[in-house]
Amino acid sequence: MSQAEREPIRVPIRKDTDLTAVRQHVRALAQRTGFGLVQQTKLVTAASELARNTLLHGGGGAAEISVVHGSTGPGLSVSFVDSGPGIPDVELALSDGYSTAGGLGMGLSGSKRLVQEFAIESVPDGGTRVTVISWADPYSARQGLR
Amino acid sequence: MTSPSTIPVLDLGGLLLVSIQGELPDESAIALQEDVTAAVANTGSRGLIIDISTLDVVDSFLARVLAEVAASSRLLAARTVLVGMRPSVAITLVELGLTLPGMDTARTVTEAAASFGVTIEQADRTGRGTP
Amino acid sequence: MTDGATSPAEAGAAAVADLLRRHGEQIAQRWADLPFFQTVFTITRDEAVEACHAVVDSLAAVAESGRVDDLEAVGFRSIREQIVAMTASRARSGLSTAQVDREVGALREAASELLAADASAPGAEEAAETRVQLLTLFATLRVLVVDTMLQENQEIVLRQRQQLLEMATPVIKLWDRLVAVPLIGMLDSARSQVVMENLLEAIVEHKATIAILDITGVSTVDSLVAHHLMKTVASARLMGAECVISGIRPAIAQTIVQLGLDLGPVTTRASLADALEWALERREYKELPSRGNP
Repeated sequence: MSQAEREPIRVPIRKDTDLTAVRQHVRALAQRTGFGLVQQTKLVTAASELARNTLLHGGGGAAEISVVHGSTGPGLSVSFVDSGPGIPDVELALSDGYSTAGGLGMGLSGSKRLVQEFAIESVPDGGTRVTVISWADPYSARQGLR
Repeated sequence: MTSPSTIPVLDLGGLLLVSIQGELPDESAIALQEDVTAAVANTGSRGLIIDISTLDVVDSFLARVLAEVAASSRLLAARTVLVGMRPSVAITLVELGLTLPGMDTARTVTEAAASFGVTIEQADRTGRGTP
Repeated sequence: MTDGATSPAEAGAAAVADLLRRHGEQIAQRWADLPFFQTVFTITRDEAVEACHAVVDSLAAVAESGRVDDLEAVGFRSIREQIVAMTASRARSGLSTAQVDREVGALREAASELLAADASAPGAEEAAETRVQLLTLFATLRVLVVDTMLQENQEIVLRQRQQLLEMATPVIKLWDRLVAVPLIGMLDSARSQVVMENLLEAIVEHKATIAILDITGVSTVDSLVAHHLMKTVASARLMGAECVISGIRPAIAQTIVQLGLDLGPVTTRASLADALEWALERREYKELPSRGNP
């Protein structure tokens, strides 16, 4: 546990069965971090979407999962890193219904709605890093206090 | 051609029942899609019941596969009923923007079968433990 | 720190410690009759005196350590629990933070009166420094009390918020496989989330095929609330249950129209009674699952 707090768990994303590993790692760590079932499911689903993007658009890469601490308590940060072609128009890619890989076009825009924080760094031909953060208890009664 | 899926498609006298268990890699999902569509065509069933009560995550890929199964089954004159979706999965799909408007849903396999006029006695497969 | 010579402040603190130790019994006797102790320890006076002794000893310990303005000083830490219990008791009897603070202030007056009369008073300069140290020590005690009271209040607010979240969203089983949630008051994001999760869990628990969301008691319906209601209905449908929204008052119906909100395929009824009637009729002939759009 303390190990995970300091160093992120790195899960390679090279083939479609790796998505299963990403989901399982995120689920296990979310459970240990005290996520409620709905928050867990949202984060695991977002991770699944983003990992598939990394595989299909980024040509593979890795997911880095780590525990973070914020004002509302603990959370999980998951980064998806690839060295693929990058996203030419991030804003367009984030709009509902935008799809290049024949999906429902809900991967990127939809997963943004499943987490509390969402950031994309993309360099043309230099790869993409998508980082999401989800808090164990986003509606914590402690929010706004302390 | 993908390898056949490991998920059995059961023929309950005119109704097909598919019960998806556990983690489903993308490739198996696509294999399942092909198997189920083939089974609908071969049996000439009027109904297809897909039980997802054991799934703790459904992402947009699997949602698309399920929606496509329903759409192709409809072309083959079979109605698809999705059964047993968990609350956390439903909330997540709706948040993703996937409300699956083209699919019928039911709480349990028994209720889904009843909608086809088929009575299943004491076979509530989707009941999760005691209430 | 220990370069041989003692600073005037250290000397003053040491003098305070000495005074508190020597007059401990007298101070404790005086304090035991003050409201802060008297009203908390109501069974015997000895009990109050004993508690007073504990506080005097701790203050002396703080003064000895020379950290009269440090809330983390060992002496303060040892009485923290007692102070928490006492202030909580005073707060429960309805006293405000300011009132409790005044009661604690009275402790200082009682103590400094005794100490002023102390015969072994040294030179004027040392006496002034001793007085400063004493005042600081009691000021810090007051801060400790106010701090514990604020924390106590914060805990109460947190508890009540949590209770409100849980209490305000009951799910009622109305009939076999029919549940209802009467919503009351303001719906913010956090509450909407709790309502949605509770309702969907209840659908599973009661094997419900129909759920009624009654918004008679909801004060305002804005686009956010409408959006949450629609998400709840959509989630319930994915699970195989139908939702009907009831209790849409005329004013709210107008607001919904004026805001241009489209409740889309959501079934709505004016009153809970209408919704119940709809639900029972629906169950009669509805042995059908929730139908999607073809």
